[in-house]
Amino acid sequence: MTVLRISEARAGEDVLIALSDVSKSYRRGAQIVPVLAGLTFDIRRKEFLALMGPSGSGKSTMLNLIAGIDSPDQGSITVGGENITLLPEAELADWRAANVGFIFQFYNLMPVLTALENVELPLTLTSLGRRERRDRAQLALSLVGLSDRVKHLPSELSGGQQQRVAIARAIVTDPTVLVADEPTGDLDRQSAKEVLEIMQRLNRDMGKTIVMVTHDHRAAAHAKRIMSLEKGDLSYLVEQRLE
Amino acid sequence: MSQWLTLVARNVLRHRLRTSLTLVGLIVAILAFGVLQTVVKTWYAGVDGAVPSRLLTRNAISFALPLPKSYQKRISAVEGVRRVTHMNWFGGIYKDSKNFFPQFAIDAASYLDMYPEILVPDEVRRAFLRERRGAIVGRKLARRYGFKPGDVIQLRGTIFPGNWEFVICGVFDGRDPKTDTSQLFFRWDYLNETLRVRSKAQADQVGLFAVDVVGLDSVADVSQAIDEVFRNSLAETLTETERAFQIGFVKQTEAILISIRVVSFVVIFIILAVMANTMAMTARERLREYATLKAIGFSPGYVARLILAESVLIASIGGAIGIGLTPPVAARLAELSATLFPTLIVSVNTVMLQALAALVVGILAALLPMRRAARVSIVDGLRALG
Ligand SMILES: Nc1ncnc2c1ncn2[C@@H]1O[C@H](COP(=O)(O)OP(=O)(O)OP(=O)(O)O)[C@@H](O)[C@H]1O
Ligand SMILES: [Mg+2]
Repeated sequence: MTVLRISEARAGEDVLIALSDVSKSYRRGAQIVPVLAGLTFDIRRKEFLALMGPSGSGKSTMLNLIAGIDSPDQGSITVGGENITLLPEAELADWRAANVGFIFQFYNLMPVLTALENVELPLTLTSLGRRERRDRAQLALSLVGLSDRVKHLPSELSGGQQQRVAIARAIVTDPTVLVADEPTGDLDRQSAKEVLEIMQRLNRDMGKTIVMVTHDHRAAAHAKRIMSLEKGDLSYLVEQRLE
Repeated sequence: MSQWLTLVARNVLRHRLRTSLTLVGLIVAILAFGVLQTVVKTWYAGVDGAVPSRLLTRNAISFALPLPKSYQKRISAVEGVRRVTHMNWFGGIYKDSKNFFPQFAIDAASYLDMYPEILVPDEVRRAFLRERRGAIVGRKLARRYGFKPGDVIQLRGTIFPGNWEFVICGVFDGRDPKTDTSQLFFRWDYLNETLRVRSKAQADQVGLFAVDVVGLDSVADVSQAIDEVFRNSLAETLTETERAFQIGFVKQTEAILISIRVVSFVVIFIILAVMANTMAMTARERLREYATLKAIGFSPGYVARLILAESVLIASIGGAIGIGLTPPVAARLAELSATLFPTLIVSVNTVMLQALAALVVGILAALLPMRRAARVSIVDGLRALG
C-alpha cells in the first residue's frame, strides 16, 4: 500500500472525470458555508474510487457534482470529454440518463413498482421496445443474483436485496460511471459484503467506473483507490492493488 | 400498460384510506352540486316551458283577486285572439294541510285544447266531460296518493267554503318531463254552480284567463289591447305572456335560488380545498421519489404529470360516481318534496357542469404540488424524508 500526495497523480493516464478548480458553497440563512474550494483532480477510466473523510467534509457534495445533479459555483467538471457544467438542465438530465447510474444509501426504489419494473424504469427513457426492456432488466437482475425476485415489491425484499435491485437499476442502461453515496450505510455486514462484491465485480469484469462515498473502512477496502476529503480539500490518496 | 400509467394507477391505490375519504368527499360534493343545480333549473322550468303565444290575463291589483267571468266574451272579441279559456286556483286541502298540491277549476274542453302539453287519453277526456264532479289527476299525484279512476275524493276548501267531492276520471301525463303532473283539474261549472248555492258572492268569477294569440308578432299588441278594453272598469286587467307571468312568480323566490346557487359553488370550493390538501400531502411524502426520478433522467414535467394524472384520475372517479348518483337522488328528493317539485330531471347541461367541476378540481388541486415537485432541486429532494 502506497500513500501519495494528490499532486503526484501520474500524467498520460486515461482520465474519465476531471474536476478543475471546483468550488461550491451553500447558503444557510445569511451565512455562506464554503464546502469545496478550488478542488482539482482526475478520476481514471475503470477506476473504483472510495471517497472517505469526516462528516460534513463535502463528500456527498462532490459526488453530486460528478453525477450532474448539482452544479458548482465555479470551475468545470468534464466527464468523458464533455463539460457537464455547461449543459442546460434538460440536456443534463438526458446526459445523466445515458451516462450515470445512481446507488443511494436508502435504495430509493419506487415502492409501487416490482423489482423488475424498478429496473426497467430507466429504460423507458430510451427508444428500446417493451420486449427488449424486459429482457435487459431480467439480465441486470440476474447479474445481482435476484432472478427469483422479479415480481417482488421493495417492501417484500430485505435491505440488501433492495440495494441489489437498485444496483441493477443503476447498471441497466450501461452507464459510463456509477455513483454510490454510502451504499452500505444502511446494511448489515453480510448484506454490505454482498453488495460490495457485486460492485467490485462490475468494476473488474465489466469495466464500470465507480465512485463510492463511504465511512466504512471495510467498504473502502473493496475499492482500488481510496481518497480522503478533509474540509473541501482532497488531501491524501491511498492506492491499493487488488488481486 | 405503460410504466407511467402503472405508476399513476398504483400511486392512487397507495393510501387506500386517504384516497377513499377524498373520493367520498368528491362524490358528495359533485352529487350535491348536481342536485342543487337541478333544483334551481327546475324552479325556472315553468319559464322555459312557457308557450310564447299564450297570454295570461289577471286582476291588475293582485294574483289573488278574481275577474268577472263575463270578461271572456270581450277578450275573445279583441283582434288577434284565437281562443280564450279560464281557470281558478282552488287551494283545497286533501285530508291534511301538509298534503299540498295544485288544484285548478277549468273549463274542461277549451282548457285541454289550449294546453296540449297535458296528455289526456280520449276515454278519460270523454269521462271528464260527462261527469260534472269529475277530476283528472297527473301521473305523479296519482302515484303519490294512489288515486285510481272511480275514486271519490274530498277536498276541504280554503278559498271556497265547504267540503268538495270529486270523482277521479283518470290520469294525465305530461308531454315533456317539465310538465307538472302533480296537479288536479276539475270542472269550473261544478265549482260555479255549487258557489251559486253556497257563496253567491264568489260565483261567476275566474282567477285567470288564458289567451291564445293568432301570431307571435302580435303578442305585445294583443296584450295591450286586452288591458285597454278594461281600462277604468271595476276590475282592471294585467295581461302578460305566460313566460313573463312565470318569471314574476319565480322572482318572488329569486333570493332563495341565488343562495342555492351560491351554496352549490361553495361546496365545490370546499372539496377543492380538501383535494388540494390531499395532493399536497401526497406529493410532500414522495419528494424523495420524485428527486430520484429526476436524478435518473426523468424531466420535471414527467414528475409533474404524475401528480396531475393522479389528481385528475381521483377527481374523475369521484366525479363519475357523483354524476351517476345524481339522477336517482334527485328523483328521490322530488318524491320526498311531495308536489313542490313535479320532477327533478338532471339536464345534460348540469351533467356537463358537474364533469367540468370535477375536472377543474382535479387540475387545480394538483397545481401547487406539481410546481413544488418539478422545481425542488434533486439534491434537496433526495435529502427529504420519504
Ligand atoms: N443543501 C444544503 N444546504 C445547506 N448546506 C448544505 C447543503 N448540503 C450540504 N450542506 C453543507 O455542506 C457541507 C458538506 O455536506 P455534504 O453532505 O457534502 O457532507 P458529507 O461529507 O457528505 O457528510 P456526511 O458524511 O455526513 O454525509 C455540510 O456542512 C452540510 O451541512
Ligand atoms: Mg454525505
